[in-house]
Amino acid sequence: MNRRPVFLISCLCFGFAFFYIPILSLIIFSFNRSRLVTVWGGFSTQWYGKLFQNDQIIKAAVLSLEIAVVSATLATILGTMAGITLARFRRFKGRVVFSGMVTAPLVMPEVITGISSLMLFILMAEWIGWPGSRGFTTVTIAHTTFSMAYVAVIVQSRLASMDAAIEEAAMDLGARPWRVLTDVTLPVIAPAILAGWLLAFTISLDDVVITNFTTGPGATTLPILIWSKVKLGVTPDINALATIIISIVGVGVVMAGIIMHRAEARRERDIQMAIAAGQ
Amino acid sequence: MPSEGQAPFIRIEGVTKDFGKFTAVKNVSLDIFKGEMFALLGGSGCGKTTLLRMLAGFEAPTSGRIFIDGQDMTGVPPYERPVNMMFQSYALFPHMSVEGNVGYGLKHEKVTAKERTDRVRQMLDLVQLTPLAGRKPHQLSGGQRQRVALARALAKQPKLLLLDEPLGALDKKLREHTQFEIMSIQERTGITFVVVTHDQEEAMTLANRIAVMDHGEIRQIGAPTDVYEFPNSRFVAGFIGSINMFEGEVTKNGAGLTISVPTLGGDITVSSDAAAVGDKVTVAVRPEKIVISRDRPEAVNAISGVVRDLGYFGKDSLYRVSLATGALVSVNSVNISRGGTAKTADWEDKVWLSFDPSAAILLKD
Repeated sequence: MNRRPVFLISCLCFGFAFFYIPILSLIIFSFNRSRLVTVWGGFSTQWYGKLFQNDQIIKAAVLSLEIAVVSATLATILGTMAGITLARFRRFKGRVVFSGMVTAPLVMPEVITGISSLMLFILMAEWIGWPGSRGFTTVTIAHTTFSMAYVAVIVQSRLASMDAAIEEAAMDLGARPWRVLTDVTLPVIAPAILAGWLLAFTISLDDVVITNFTTGPGATTLPILIWSKVKLGVTPDINALATIIISIVGVGVVMAGIIMHRAEARRERDIQMAIAAGQ
Repeated sequence: MPSEGQAPFIRIEGVTKDFGKFTAVKNVSLDIFKGEMFALLGGSGCGKTTLLRMLAGFEAPTSGRIFIDGQDMTGVPPYERPVNMMFQSYALFPHMSVEGNVGYGLKHEKVTAKERTDRVRQMLDLVQLTPLAGRKPHQLSGGQRQRVALARALAKQPKLLLLDEPLGALDKKLREHTQFEIMSIQERTGITFVVVTHDQEEAMTLANRIAVMDHGEIRQIGAPTDVYEFPNSRFVAGFIGSINMFEGEVTKNGAGLTISVPTLGGDITVSSDAAAVGDKVTVAVRPEKIVISRDRPEAVNAISGVVRDLGYFGKDSLYRVSLATGALVSVNSVNISRGGTAKTADWEDKVWLSFDPSAAILLKD
């Protein structure tokens, strides 16, 4: 019996254990009857019930989702526009500066983005009286500005790998530039745009740092709420909340896997069919 | 078929295209007639594709003008030109079905939905793709995609169809088939075709006139037989087909030209009077115009040599014969009779080469 598989399998197990034991323990303790997080007091689902009665958490979750949806949508619109500009307009004045500025938020430490956004909002409030208070609007704007960079990069790279002749063909067949965009360019890059939206949505949903700088009283997002609750010690209802989030993510990942697997199988079949059909 | 008396359908007038410091097309003037199948032939970077893109409207000439059907195309965007193009990559819309691809151009015309479906059906019939109308491009083979691209470009019934390397992406068997298909479609529709290609065989079989391009300039325009049998320069002679070229000097003018060719070790007679005594010229002979024999032939131009290389292709053989001067001459000989004994010569055999004075081409550059 050679030893390599044993070694490899133990590495794998160790790796999985490292990843999943904390998560597993979190899930187990969310069903703990005891108020003490680290002491098992028997099975109970009481914390889930408490969680849904906790207006503060529900409100924070809804606010987080609202901000994520609005900022991801805005970021997708702006980022797609920036990506198309960068990929399709090869020469214009200030292209290099524009390109650098669009992608800078990717490498900028979040603390800096956060503090600079905050300073801008304070200055704007002083000069033009808007925004009067910080909250939903300011957080959404801050999230949009930095998640837009991700969308721009994704769209730009998709366009770079797309055959530009497809757009020329549309134009050749009588489509004006706007029709080329709506009939051909956008449908072809739609998966990239969707991916960009999802990424922007996710980034916004779990952002703590920038939100912390740009939010105000009365606008507490879920990550901020969890963060501030944990500072007072982990309570079992946080475990319950985390378990719910993990299940949503888990279901999402499994579903995406199934959809991708099906699409791949269909593609294989199509190729087989095309080959069988021959010339 | 074109006639020189007719007004040209496409007139390219002194067109130059610069990309920064690089000049892709240099002062090209060219007339193309209605119903012609015209080929722009040249190596990569010779400016043929740039010229095609200027006809389509994707590039604007730096100077000069292009007329299509008497209309000045300066400033006319691609979507308003009576021109359609078949792209080298086919550029099919990946998210649309075959039907959607072919019908796309008609969406931008004032055509009723019924007329559009009729026209799409007609086009699909033309390229024999009706059973695959609902397929997406990625469900098609290379040859099928090519036909969709052709049908899509023809659907708007353009006055001019541009084809960028139409057979480039197909394998050899399919190429021949498709080549004749394109020719028959051109004949049936009567649309003027301009084909860009780097493949001289493709240009010769498809086109009724060829423009040979090099470094942004047109070197020669003519029927396939003209550019093959009567090239006007060493470049054209060498680009189209293979050819033996020898430099020499005219020594006598009378009953053809007598040319002293040091690399052939003697005098050669060429039936031409297009040079004066003392002119430095090039004598060019196509390999298939040279006769190879074991015995000394009764010919004006006869040279002896030794077979250095022999390539057997079945229907013909290619000999590389080295002369006493060290020069190598390529000879192509059709294998008329069957069997090994039919071979005219073998490796290291002493042979005689001969060619008719009218078979040699006199080039003055």
